[in-house]
Amino acid sequence: MSGPAFRSTHTLLEVSQLSKTYAAGDKALDDVSFSIPAGQVVGLIGPSGAGKSTLIRCINRLVEPTSGTISLSGTNITGMSTSELRSVRRRIGMIFQEYALVERLSVMENVLSGRLGYVSFWRSFTRHYPKADVQKAFALLDRVGLIDHASKRADALSGGQRQRVGIARALEQDPELLLIDEPTASLDPKTSRQIMRLLLEICNEQHLPAIINIHDVVLARQFTERLIGLQAGRIVFDGSPAELTESVLTRIYGEEDWTTLDHETEAA
Amino acid sequence: MAEVNEGAAAPSARSDYSRYPGTFKPPAILIQRAWLRRTLWIAALVWLVLALSTIEVNWVRVAEGMERGWRFIKGFLTPDFTSRWKDISAGLVESLTMTMTSTVAGVLLSVPIGIGAARNVAPSVVYYLCRSIIAVSRSLQEIIIAILFVTMFGFGPFAGFLTLTFATIGFMAKLLAEDIEDIDESQTEAVRATGASWLQLINYAVQPQVMPRLIGLSLYRLDINFRESAVIGIVGAGGIGATLNTAIDRYEFDSAGAILLIIIFIVMLAEYSSGFVRKWVQ
Repeated sequence: MSGPAFRSTHTLLEVSQLSKTYAAGDKALDDVSFSIPAGQVVGLIGPSGAGKSTLIRCINRLVEPTSGTISLSGTNITGMSTSELRSVRRRIGMIFQEYALVERLSVMENVLSGRLGYVSFWRSFTRHYPKADVQKAFALLDRVGLIDHASKRADALSGGQRQRVGIARALEQDPELLLIDEPTASLDPKTSRQIMRLLLEICNEQHLPAIINIHDVVLARQFTERLIGLQAGRIVFDGSPAELTESVLTRIYGEEDWTTLDHETEAA
Repeated sequence: MAEVNEGAAAPSARSDYSRYPGTFKPPAILIQRAWLRRTLWIAALVWLVLALSTIEVNWVRVAEGMERGWRFIKGFLTPDFTSRWKDISAGLVESLTMTMTSTVAGVLLSVPIGIGAARNVAPSVVYYLCRSIIAVSRSLQEIIIAILFVTMFGFGPFAGFLTLTFATIGFMAKLLAEDIEDIDESQTEAVRATGASWLQLINYAVQPQVMPRLIGLSLYRLDINFRESAVIGIVGAGGIGATLNTAIDRYEFDSAGAILLIIIFIVMLAEYSSGFVRKWVQ
């Protein structure tokens, strides 16, 4: 792992002119372009239905973009065949709003499922993972504070614990990029902050870039160094948290008393 | 907030609701047009009356039948397990063998067909193929299949085994496919996002979600297959049904009663234990 002194600033993710129109005719994304340098954590904000979820799902092609290109460290993702897709998906870790753990599998199996893109079907079927993978999984569970829960079933854990397993699963992939979809939407304010802090710590430790899709403006401001505002499928803001003024928020979310909203969210 | 209607803000201040309507009519849920609704009711009633009027009851025959029925019930109340025990036990063993083998074979075959018939995991060509296999299996009643297989392979339990396997495929594959279509897609999405292959996706995201139901359904099918083995035996597919049929043909209602009691006992046992296992595998 490279220390802060050796941090490169090359472009890791390049999204250009990305558009997505769903079969029903809804235009979810409209000519979206941005790039992310290695190691940068970006908050993606915007109202429900602005296309935040669609955007991050286009990046690992869980959603098929209609047009535009996405490239990760120079490899073009949009042109890939289904079989090539497997090797690029494993380079992109994803963390979900409702944790999306496989409820009836153990914590350990959930974390090890992060290696599915690397191991053969037979190895994964017999749960006979390479020693290094298992060791890494234990180390990650230790990092997120769940090493004692390794053999519990995922549905026996609390919300915050499940999200930690989700984080460990994503990191088990040895990702070059994290896509994080509303990581705190199902958690209480205190746990939300703990999870955000953990995510940011890990991203900083590993110099790992991330796109965090988040509707909570306060959390986004507090934890990310760059914010991208999405409104009706278009980028309407791209800048630092300090630049996110009330008029910008109005442009993203529409007319509202922003000081009160901030206050309420803080108190919740 | 712009959304709130200011005029309706504080009704408690002066309870004056007079500007709101005081009555409301629940909407017709199924059929909006009144004439169509009435026509359908009248049509159903006419059908019922016609159907009832065409039933002919021969009361002399009923009186005779009562007598025979009573003999049957008396035999049932004084079951004779001993005098035909050799036939009964042979039939039972045959039935239990048929039940077990056909359930295992049927479940093994229905798993791939069920996966193929789930729209969310199978490509559409495979989907339609598997759905048609299920449709064929379900549209043919066990008795008809049994008659076909008895004609093809002769009397005996092999025809019964094939019949029950065939019927199990339609039943299990359909219910399994429906369960797969109902799974939590977020878990599938998460496993797909790790770069999992299709087989790994089935093993990691689908299997854990449907396994309890698959086990429950298999046990349920096991006891259906046992009951069916008694029915298809009557058309020559071996097993306890064949023994039962012979007993009835010989007017040995006490032996028939014994056989029926054994069937009831085994079905109840299967019912009870499958309920227990289903709770345990959740």
